Amino acid sequence: MEVTLNQTNQPINPRKKRKSLGPWQLAFKKLLKNKTAVFGMAVLTFMVLVAIFAPFIATHDPEKSNLSMTNKPPSKEHYLGTDGSGRDAFSRLVYGARISLIIGFSAMVFTIVIGVTLGSISGYYGGIIDSIIMRLTDVMLNFPFLLFVLLIVSILKKVNMLIFVSVLALVSWPTITRLIRATFLSLREQEYIMSAQTLGLSDARIIFRHMLPNAMAPIIVNATLFMASMIITEAALSFIGFGIPQPAPSWGNMMSDALNVRVLRFQPWLWIPPGMAILLTVMSINFIGDGLRDALDPRFKKE
Amino acid sequence: MLQYTVRRVIGMIPILILISILLFSLAKMVPGDPFSGDPDPKIKRDVLERQRELWGLNDPIPVQYMSWASKMIKGDFGVSLRYKRPVSDLINERISNTLLLGSMSLFITLVIAIPFGIASGRRPYTLVDYSGTVFSNIGLAMPNFFMGLLLIYFLAIKLGMFPAQGTITSGADYTGFRLFLDKLHHLFLPALTIGTTGTATYFRYMRSEYLEVAGRDFIRTAKAKGLPERMVVYKHTLRNAMIPIITLLGFELANLVGGAIITEQIFAIPGLGRLFIESVGNRDYPIIMAVSMISAVAILVGNLLADILYSVVDPRIRYY
Repeated sequence: MEVTLNQTNQPINPRKKRKSLGPWQLAFKKLLKNKTAVFGMAVLTFMVLVAIFAPFIATHDPEKSNLSMTNKPPSKEHYLGTDGSGRDAFSRLVYGARISLIIGFSAMVFTIVIGVTLGSISGYYGGIIDSIIMRLTDVMLNFPFLLFVLLIVSILKKVNMLIFVSVLALVSWPTITRLIRATFLSLREQEYIMSAQTLGLSDARIIFRHMLPNAMAPIIVNATLFMASMIITEAALSFIGFGIPQPAPSWGNMMSDALNVRVLRFQPWLWIPPGMAILLTVMSINFIGDGLRDALDPRFKKE
Repeated sequence: MLQYTVRRVIGMIPILILISILLFSLAKMVPGDPFSGDPDPKIKRDVLERQRELWGLNDPIPVQYMSWASKMIKGDFGVSLRYKRPVSDLINERISNTLLLGSMSLFITLVIAIPFGIASGRRPYTLVDYSGTVFSNIGLAMPNFFMGLLLIYFLAIKLGMFPAQGTITSGADYTGFRLFLDKLHHLFLPALTIGTTGTATYFRYMRSEYLEVAGRDFIRTAKAKGLPERMVVYKHTLRNAMIPIITLLGFELANLVGGAIITEQIFAIPGLGRLFIESVGNRDYPIIMAVSMISAVAILVGNLLADILYSVVDPRIRYY
């Protein structure tokens, strides 16, 4: 870790606490120096703002179809034209940011919660609980991810956002669990954990106060990268019609129009913009994740 | 080594059994069966009921599982409820397309990623390196289906260089080698689509591994003793930098079916992925279960292969 020196040589005012940066602040400073990460944060902030202020940006109701105005090319009235049901593609694109980001974010949170809980239990207690959880991850990890999601989505009659997010989390927790378990296994052998145990602290306190904060760096990095892959998964599933059902706009289900050769060929304005939106969002989240990895890893030194 | 392999193969059995149980229960939870939904109103209720009895759909679940599992071990996946044909026939017809697609995409991936990764690693922070990194960042963020649509739009529709859909030119009765070439021509775009993410990943690995190995002491020694640059690069650096890449190949096998689902859909390729989606829509669970089991086995074998390859290419690693 770097040590910040008081470089201004001013006499230290004893009443004012000298400010030295904590590890998180240091990491944040490092992150701000990373150009691609800053680019990523800027793009993501833009997308989040679009999602929040969607009602003010959108020019039409994204779900209202107008059968007298179907398949219109881009115009002043409809910036990106209208789709086969006469819905305004631009407004759908704007509202799509909401659904994609909310799903990506909440699927990530769900996955992390399940993964961290099971991973900590498994890594801290070991023994039979650990074996059971690990066999479970074996089974899940040896099951093809997309096939699994498709199967579950098809079992459920009606898919809404909450169910969809739960399914994604239910299928993807094992990777996080494995990671947390591995981190905990090495942390468990450290002296300060042993001393905490000797002091008679409760297991919950040891896990939450002493172990989890030390496992935070890999959790944050993986959470970020996970969010990106969740956004892609949502889009892919909605694209083939197993995700967020119409008429709710999601970037993935907007693109499913392009499965129709006529749309693919003659109305590229309907499917290229949502595709670019997914690409940009995922790329910027990946940049942030990579930046966080570099910033949070004390071994990593940039020349 | 042999002992290790045998132990691993035996270790796969309980996982496969658990997967098959999980799969079977999931498939049984799919609402309805092929005889529910909107049957022709002219068909009488008791006829439908007799059909259910005939297909074993009224047996207790554990009985159904046992009969399915014991048949499956013998390679009999049952009869498709929709096509009324043996599932193994349907799979045999389609698996070649998926396999060909998978091997082509792997080939494209390696041919692009390895040379560019080496070039970037040899001259880091140059134009070659930066453009490689930009492309790999795009490739990692690119959704498969968007890539596929873009390729169809630009290369197939606008430029007409490749066919947009299918696996063979309809109407042209090619045979032998000509047929094979025709297939390759059709499968090039889908293979490129599937290979995008892989290319980006392998490029990154190749570059960072090369950089890491090139900084090691034994490379400096090799240079110091006056070995020609070519020898240093190919014999000392590359050999070591290739190790993680080769182990990734095992995982490629694991991704065979799962990776092709969406791409096969876009390009209308009759392969396993497309068969799976179709069957999910039709609630045709003999097929659903067969395809899932096949890909689960592919994943298990792929992971094992990765571990074995690892010790083959890197003699420092020994499994006991």
